Amino acid sequence: MASLADVWRRREGLRALVWLSPWLAGVAIFFVYPLLSTVYFSFHRYDMYTLEFAGLDNYRYLFQDPRVLTSAKNTLWLVIVLVPATVLFSLALAQLVVRLKAGAGLFRTIFYLPSLVPMAAGTITFVFLMNPATGPWNQFLALFGIQGPDWFGDPAWSKPSLTLLSLWSCGQLVVIFLAALLDVPKHLYEAAAIDGAGPWRQFRSVTLPTLAPVLMFALVTNVIYALQYFTQAMIASRVASGSTDSPGSSFSPGYPDESLLTLPQWLFQVGFRDYSMGYACVLALLLFATSMIFTLILLRQFRRAEEAS
Amino acid sequence: MSATVTAPPRTVAAPARRDGVRARRRRLLVWIATHALAIALALMFVAPVVFIALTALMTDQQALTSDLWPRSWNWANFAVVFQKSMLLRWAANTLMYAVLGTVFTVVSSVPVAYALARFRFTGRRLAFLLVITTMMLPPQVIAVPIYLVWARLGLTDSLWPLILPLLLGDAFSIFLLRQFLVTIPRDYTDAARVDGCSDLKTLVRVILPMARPAVAAVALFQFFYCWNDYYGPLLYAGVEQDHLTLSLGLATFKAFHSVQWNLTMAATLLVTAPVIIVFFFAQRVFIEGVTLTGVKG
Repeated sequence: MASLADVWRRREGLRALVWLSPWLAGVAIFFVYPLLSTVYFSFHRYDMYTLEFAGLDNYRYLFQDPRVLTSAKNTLWLVIVLVPATVLFSLALAQLVVRLKAGAGLFRTIFYLPSLVPMAAGTITFVFLMNPATGPWNQFLALFGIQGPDWFGDPAWSKPSLTLLSLWSCGQLVVIFLAALLDVPKHLYEAAAIDGAGPWRQFRSVTLPTLAPVLMFALVTNVIYALQYFTQAMIASRVASGSTDSPGSSFSPGYPDESLLTLPQWLFQVGFRDYSMGYACVLALLLFATSMIFTLILLRQFRRAEEAS
Repeated sequence: MSATVTAPPRTVAAPARRDGVRARRRRLLVWIATHALAIALALMFVAPVVFIALTALMTDQQALTSDLWPRSWNWANFAVVFQKSMLLRWAANTLMYAVLGTVFTVVSSVPVAYALARFRFTGRRLAFLLVITTMMLPPQVIAVPIYLVWARLGLTDSLWPLILPLLLGDAFSIFLLRQFLVTIPRDYTDAARVDGCSDLKTLVRVILPMARPAVAAVALFQFFYCWNDYYGPLLYAGVEQDHLTLSLGLATFKAFHSVQWNLTMAATLLVTAPVIIVFFFAQRVFIEGVTLTGVKG
């Protein structure tokens, strides 16, 4: 019996397995099983009542579905404009707060707080503020002689409107960058200043190299979040178009003019409003494939960071 | 600094002082510029909340105009929101989701993070990569099969499909806790081991007291995630008004009261207020927690 206890003490792997087992069960139930099941359903037609084999029909339809291309274009816009704008703006804000001698804590709080506002509330707020008939935003722009557009009601301006919302709620990133900036050794700046490096040169040669891993991490995770973009777009479309989600009411996702349609929203509509579960699974696999590309980049970064430490 | 002040001989003191004056003036200008910029930006960040508060206090008619300042202060609008919607019911549903979700997450995620951070075993790195992969997985990818399972169990039209899975660990929480736990020096746990502590005793007596800020951060983040969640309840809560959460209810509120922006804004404020209040009580936990998510390997 004593030897069994000995084995237990020495076999860390066995003990780890016991500690990890609930989570491993969770991974099996909520990751592995649904993923395999998604593949299975993708070859079938399923409306929650009848299941029939459909071969590659769902996949073929993917290439005829104009909404897929539309959501891909919209997502690409988010990845190319919204994500970099948010990350760079957060970095600029963090740089600013670091330089503040008075009230840095207060400013940090003000910049951070909007990120805690429930996304539903924040989105509704922005749809109202930027509504040309009632909101103050266009009146503010008029002070500078700018004639503001119909932001959330205009397909050309709905994505820039969401970008403004994203800038407003970027506080998490600001705090992350702030911590990273405070981690940069002070003496490096002093050494650079003695060598005659100006502010820009100091940023490029001292700040950027130390910040690079954090910056890359922020970029990649935010690209993955952009691929999942759902809540803000869905609520903006709903509120701006004034439609409900009650059964029987018609709601065209992506209002105005599908300019806010993203793949997750289309998947939701196809799977859970039209009950074409099979085709929804094809869309899910497409989403999985694209997000995995960026997850792999993220994993490589982690491995590098792990080896460095 | 003091060395540069005392080092120059007297003869060069005068130009040095003039340089000092110029440098000081430049520093003052930079000080003014950065603070002015910060104040301007801070005003932009605060402005949305101010404007929705002002609109929330207007009459129905005035809220439809482009006026910015309420002609009369209609504090009763907040009471009207409670009468016209099931706000309290939504808050109760949301609270149940958030409280149970947070408790389940902490209880189930701490042991996993502990094992990932402390035990040496083959596949340990693989397990960590699996945590990150599931953390970054878009929830929509696995939505269809999971939904079908909950439907078969008869648990759709409730929030249980969102709460129960948290009993088996939450990837983001595990990740965050693990990032913190690996920074605790091994000496502490080794000492406990020498004293004959079991793994469980080491976790409870040694690790947990040291990891309190990380556990607090994880609990707060999970609470806020559940409180603000829109996608999950949209999928599972159904459409009955008394099943909704705050986010879900707020999003439908506008549709049912489309010409009453004032009420919608009042509801928006009421939904947001608890979040802000909690933040001011737990500000430090938040800031330290967010810093943990920044990742230093």
